[in-house]
Amino acid sequence: MKILQRVLYAILLLIAVLVLNFSMLHLAPGDIADTIAQSMGGADAEILEQIRSDYGLDQPFLVQLGQYIWKVLHFDLGHSFFYNQPVTTLIIAKLPATLLLVLTAQLLALVVGVLLGVYSARHPNGLSSHFVTLFALFGYSAPVFWTGILLLIAFSLKIPLFPVAGMIDVTVEGGFFVRALDIAKHMVLPVVTLSSIFLALYSRLCRASMMEVLGSDYIRTAKAKGLSEREIVLKHALKNSLSPVVTLAGLQFSAVISGAVLVETVFSWPGLGTLALQSIIARDTPTILGILFFSALVVVVGNLLTDLALRTIDPRVRGKA
Amino acid sequence: MRRFIRNLAVATALVSVLTVAATAEEPKRGGTLITALGQSPRHLNPAVQSGIVTGAPGAQLFAAPLRYDEDWTPQPYLAKSWKVSDDGLSVTLNLVENATFHDGKPITSEDVAFSVKTIQENHPFKTMFAPVTSVETPDKHTAILKLSQPHPALMLAMSSQLMPIIPKHVYGDGQDPKTHPQNSNDVVGSGPFKLVEFKPGEHVILERHDGFFMEGRPYLDKIVMRVIKDPSARAIALENGELHLSTFESLARNINRLKKVDSLTTTPDGYAAIGPLDWLAFNTATGKTADVRVRHAIAYAIDKNFILKAILLGTAADARTGIHPGSPLYESDVASYDLDIDKANKILDDAGYAKGSDGMRFSLNVDFGWPEMKPNAEYTKAALKKIGIDVSVRASADFPTWAKRIGGHDFDMTWDTVFNWGDPVIGVHRTYQSSNIKKGVIWSNTQQYKNARVDELLESAGKEPDPAKRKALYSEFQKIVADELPVYWTNTLPYHTVYSNKVGNPPLGIWSSSSPMDRTYLK
Repeated sequence: MKILQRVLYAILLLIAVLVLNFSMLHLAPGDIADTIAQSMGGADAEILEQIRSDYGLDQPFLVQLGQYIWKVLHFDLGHSFFYNQPVTTLIIAKLPATLLLVLTAQLLALVVGVLLGVYSARHPNGLSSHFVTLFALFGYSAPVFWTGILLLIAFSLKIPLFPVAGMIDVTVEGGFFVRALDIAKHMVLPVVTLSSIFLALYSRLCRASMMEVLGSDYIRTAKAKGLSEREIVLKHALKNSLSPVVTLAGLQFSAVISGAVLVETVFSWPGLGTLALQSIIARDTPTILGILFFSALVVVVGNLLTDLALRTIDPRVRGKA
Repeated sequence: MRRFIRNLAVATALVSVLTVAATAEEPKRGGTLITALGQSPRHLNPAVQSGIVTGAPGAQLFAAPLRYDEDWTPQPYLAKSWKVSDDGLSVTLNLVENATFHDGKPITSEDVAFSVKTIQENHPFKTMFAPVTSVETPDKHTAILKLSQPHPALMLAMSSQLMPIIPKHVYGDGQDPKTHPQNSNDVVGSGPFKLVEFKPGEHVILERHDGFFMEGRPYLDKIVMRVIKDPSARAIALENGELHLSTFESLARNINRLKKVDSLTTTPDGYAAIGPLDWLAFNTATGKTADVRVRHAIAYAIDKNFILKAILLGTAADARTGIHPGSPLYESDVASYDLDIDKANKILDDAGYAKGSDGMRFSLNVDFGWPEMKPNAEYTKAALKKIGIDVSVRASADFPTWAKRIGGHDFDMTWDTVFNWGDPVIGVHRTYQSSNIKKGVIWSNTQQYKNARVDELLESAGKEPDPAKRKALYSEFQKIVADELPVYWTNTLPYHTVYSNKVGNPPLGIWSSSSPMDRTYLK
């Protein structure tokens, strides 16, 4: 019952997102006809009118909104004005690149963040712990595009280890492994850049919750039992201190698409972020709405999944629900 | 021993011959050229999509009747020769006979007629082919363009950027050419390179068209055009050799940095026909800027040198009229407005705009449409404060927001960038002709400038076949608008082409990367 209720809320939320986004975009002055004129270096009145009627922009607002929602309910996100392709096709084409980037970055941030967090929680006043904190804060506060450009200058220009832009080198020919290696090489810098934001969050959070857990009674009991330090930290303490980290990771996952926009732009990563930026600049309403709808869907599903994950990790949550 | 010496002598002679050959730089066949696009093209058919982003792949995929080098003299391309009739009312193109489309079908006069018709119906620059009433095709390799009046602009319009020859048997299948699926995939072109793959937002991959009609060309096997939006990333990729060539680079800081890199050449050559100009436009119909004296005062108060040196860091050139200084029709002997604050103040005093108790005479808005223009707008505010004009800088969230304001004539002043697009008939007339005051249309005569003599001059210059007379008409036009200042031109855009020293014959003609790269090669 509870689950059904949540799903129902989720659907209502998604519809609200659709209506809100559509209305807000409609309120903005100007439309795709202007950006098409821009990309063409000018246009005359006739052509502008034609574009507007081709895309139904001359219809009243409510008619346009109604038509859009009707289409979405039939799993049709419409046709991109700018690329003249179905929005669903565009999103699906760009999705794998973004998922690859974001999931790898999240995984890296999570693993390294937790390790750093645990390490610095065990030596809270050591020099290296302060170093970890400093490093994490730096990663969090530096704007990602700046971190990205710095990494590019360091590792593409001064020490040319990694390529500057894109996901594949189209001039590379070879079998699966050659191509996989090529993609891996292109991935390193964007993944490190994107994970630098999350790394800070995870390591700080993990450190705090680990320190709290390490100070609790049952850890003292475990120590009294004569368990090794290693067992205490990994088996007893870590498991309990992970639940806030997992909650955060779940919530962050939704923010990941927004973070990916900047990283993808700097590294010309052919993902959803680049598409989102391009369509916003071009005022390509169906594509923007499609991506926003998709992001909302990811957030909603992400939250549901986080709940499920927490139930697995923490039996207390299971009891409450 | 003697034989050894003789061999040595022969070998030395051979080496020196080879060295001479190498320094003469024979173009080499083969190789993959990697270039950058700053934006993703919407699609690849320049017949229905104008602009420089489609122009770059478009000029490789499609050939045009004519082509241009560094000077403005037309060269044979698909048309091996051409003739303008004495009355100027018909232009005969004699097409090369062995040209084929990428699918192997011959390129005929039918295709030329079809291309002209498609462009007339769908291309945004209506004035290019407006006087063309019909295209006659007496035989397969002769096309005669019939005109309602002489139309010298046709010569520049017949280049790759504006007049791609597209196959009738593909794009004439009844589908709307603007949304034809083969604009993006399976493009069937007439140019030196054919399409391998177009991934929007990622890349355009082109490969040599073996059946290209020019013997031995193109030299390159492949061209990969990568979409890299971030200018700093492009600069790094050029520096580390990942990119061979990038055009339309306009970020002053990057240009100056790239100029210092030994492995690269950075040059402002190659944009004369594109003709990009920055200017401050005035609303000449309503508000204080309707008074020509106010416009003069503003021009005197704005220091062009500040814009050229402090904002553009010396990467751009002075522009004094609506015609690009690289054009043979440019008239440099026009009224100029060198910085003179006292004169500006005096003009406003004499005009009766007295300073108030706060030292201000009146207030104006200044708009800008894209972030690159923000420094100009802020500078305008600071500069005009000195002559008692209180300027508010109005930012726009994005291009459509700005276009809506300016197109709707809701502005006092705005910074703008407008291209000449070859002949003045295509890209210059639209800004000054009173018949082109069209509310809601960006880059029409949004200044609402009206001058009967200017209208008359542009009308006659548009159809004047004699080059000297035509130049005189445009000179007079430039003098009048420089006196009346519907817009105040400040500079050409700092467009630069950056290329690796490995690249031979980069596209430095007047159309930059919108020209065919069949002669480009890798050393």
